[in-house]
Amino acid sequence: MKLPDSPLRLLGQFAVLAALTAFVAAFSNGPAYHQVPAGTGAIKFSFSHQADRSRECRRRTPEELAKLPPNMRRPMDCPRERRGIFAELAIDGVVVFSRELPPSGFAKDGPSQVYQRFVVPAGSHAIAARLRDTPRSTGFDHERIETVTVAPGQSLALDFRPEHGGFVWR
Amino acid sequence: MLKLLQRSLRAGFDLAERGLDRVFGPALNPLAQLGAMGFFLFWIVAVSGVYLFAVFDTGVENAYASVEWYSTSAHRWHAGVMRSFHRYASDLMIVVMALHMLREFSLDRYRGVRWFSWFTGIPVIWFLYISGITGYWLVWDQLAQYIATTSTELLDWLPIFGEPIARNFLAPSSLSSRFFTLLVFLHIAVPLVLLFTLWIHIQRITRPKVNPPRLLAAMTLLALLAVSLAKPALSQGPADLAKLPSPVGLDWFYLPLYPLADATPGALWGLLAAVTVMLAAMPWLPPLRRMKPATVDLDHCNGCGRCVEDCPYEALQLVPRSDGLPYAVQVAVDASKCVSCGICTGSCPSSTPFRTADALHTGIDLPELSFAEMRERLHAIAAMLTQTPRVLVIGCWHGAAGARQDGTLQLPCVAMAPPSLIDYALSRGLVDGVAIAGCSESACYNRLGLDWTRQRIAGARDPYLRARVPRERIAMIWASPAERARFDDALTAFKARLAALPRTTAPAPRRNAPASEETVP
Repeated sequence: MKLPDSPLRLLGQFAVLAALTAFVAAFSNGPAYHQVPAGTGAIKFSFSHQADRSRECRRRTPEELAKLPPNMRRPMDCPRERRGIFAELAIDGVVVFSRELPPSGFAKDGPSQVYQRFVVPAGSHAIAARLRDTPRSTGFDHERIETVTVAPGQSLALDFRPEHGGFVWR
Repeated sequence: MLKLLQRSLRAGFDLAERGLDRVFGPALNPLAQLGAMGFFLFWIVAVSGVYLFAVFDTGVENAYASVEWYSTSAHRWHAGVMRSFHRYASDLMIVVMALHMLREFSLDRYRGVRWFSWFTGIPVIWFLYISGITGYWLVWDQLAQYIATTSTELLDWLPIFGEPIARNFLAPSSLSSRFFTLLVFLHIAVPLVLLFTLWIHIQRITRPKVNPPRLLAAMTLLALLAVSLAKPALSQGPADLAKLPSPVGLDWFYLPLYPLADATPGALWGLLAAVTVMLAAMPWLPPLRRMKPATVDLDHCNGCGRCVEDCPYEALQLVPRSDGLPYAVQVAVDASKCVSCGICTGSCPSSTPFRTADALHTGIDLPELSFAEMRERLHAIAAMLTQTPRVLVIGCWHGAAGARQDGTLQLPCVAMAPPSLIDYALSRGLVDGVAIAGCSESACYNRLGLDWTRQRIAGARDPYLRARVPRERIAMIWASPAERARFDDALTAFKARLAALPRTTAPAPRRNAPASEETVP
């Protein structure tokens, strides 16, 4: 290792590199960033739910079954495609989300999905979540209406779990 | 617009480089070692990462605790320092990478056949950012939570996932330890891909600098150690998916665009795509300036390989002889790699102006600036020099003499001039002195031209400057375009020295006096 010609120069080199590293360290952990304003919280409206099939299953006739290869002679003819889901979320009486959610996948046979984050002021809020996943064209199949209290910095998640009776807070 | 930006950056870098030259000297100047520093920092990150992995727990509950343990317990003196090394060296990599890219842009070293290094640098940027971001995720503190939710929301904007991956971070109960195992895999795999990409990045240059000078490396380690002890890298409280991680201290080197991701993920993807495409297209944007690549004259090439040894861009190679002459090999030029610097002409033993044949030939030459033309220009310049002492300036296009007209033989690189040309100019009494005016020491445009010239003059590299050439009549002045005043001063001083010498028209054998060299004080 070739040493520099003077200790002062060596010190200067260390000072330059230390200053650069200190600069990096300073901006490696700040300044702080506020993702949401102070005194607010968040409500995440998210679910992944599969609606009914796009049409009812139909029993195949004996003639139809006879035309099929033996290993494919299932008595019921069910379409892969699922219906879309209509979901709605209102906070304090204001509808903040209202959308038809198509089934996922190329064959449209996957669940309908949503993930939305809403920043709300801390305090009590009237929440109304509704969902339609059947062929009906008006009204809703599932609904949850209640008042929740959101603490500052709190993150509440509203999910849909049919096995738990519909909309659930997580 | 791009040109103005380039000029401004060049001026800024020049100023910074000259300042750092005074502290570090040209050999240790960090701005001249950015690529090597990038590799060195990568190894620091790799070694400290292996150290940390030994005590890291990938479980949801234990990830944060294990990092805290080695950051705040008695183990902070080794594992904690390693964590800080890991963090700060990663951040320094971003700084070094950005400076490296901007400097190469400012030096216009990204166009034409240099496209390869520029183009392969783009995935390096992506892989470095992905490596860093997945690393932050592993700590599973509040910053990790913020990065996790924002990154997944950003990725969910792209219609490529079956189920929104942000749902993994919906609530505390939705997160599994297996997710961390996947992240650990990513945090190891992506840096390995990064290393592979770096290897590809340097494939088209000869003698790539992948290790900085030891003293600079030692100083960097010392600086990292000092800062790691003074301001250790710490976590920001455990992640809690039931709470919002706000405010959160961001790493502004890795995450400067995350606030934009919060606001409009689509706009961020658009910006990233636009910048990536623009960077990828830059080498081919007009105006394209490219001289014709070097050509080989087999009648004057015996396959000695000196040009292959000296080419800075891997553009030359020795291949089996094709013309029946009694030599085993010949030189072949890869036109897609040749930048037309002319260093090969300067290294060819056939490049001698003393030849008396009607047409002057050499083994390897630039079609647009042949060796014969170089000798003709030398004669023309010498004929116009009336004031004594008569000084021939061999000027690099990219140095302080790049725009000089009077008495200057302009070349793409000073190493294009073979030592025999200097011998010729002095021994034939065409001039009283020769000033070689190259780029600044820490920013040789053609990477190795300055080193080769210096070694040839010193008799340390073939082709040597013959011992009979009076070294006191030669000056080497290394100065950037921004240092014209210093160049002029050095040239004036050289002329004054020459004026004190007896005017010679015949060879004056001098063996011991070294050529003067004007560099950074």
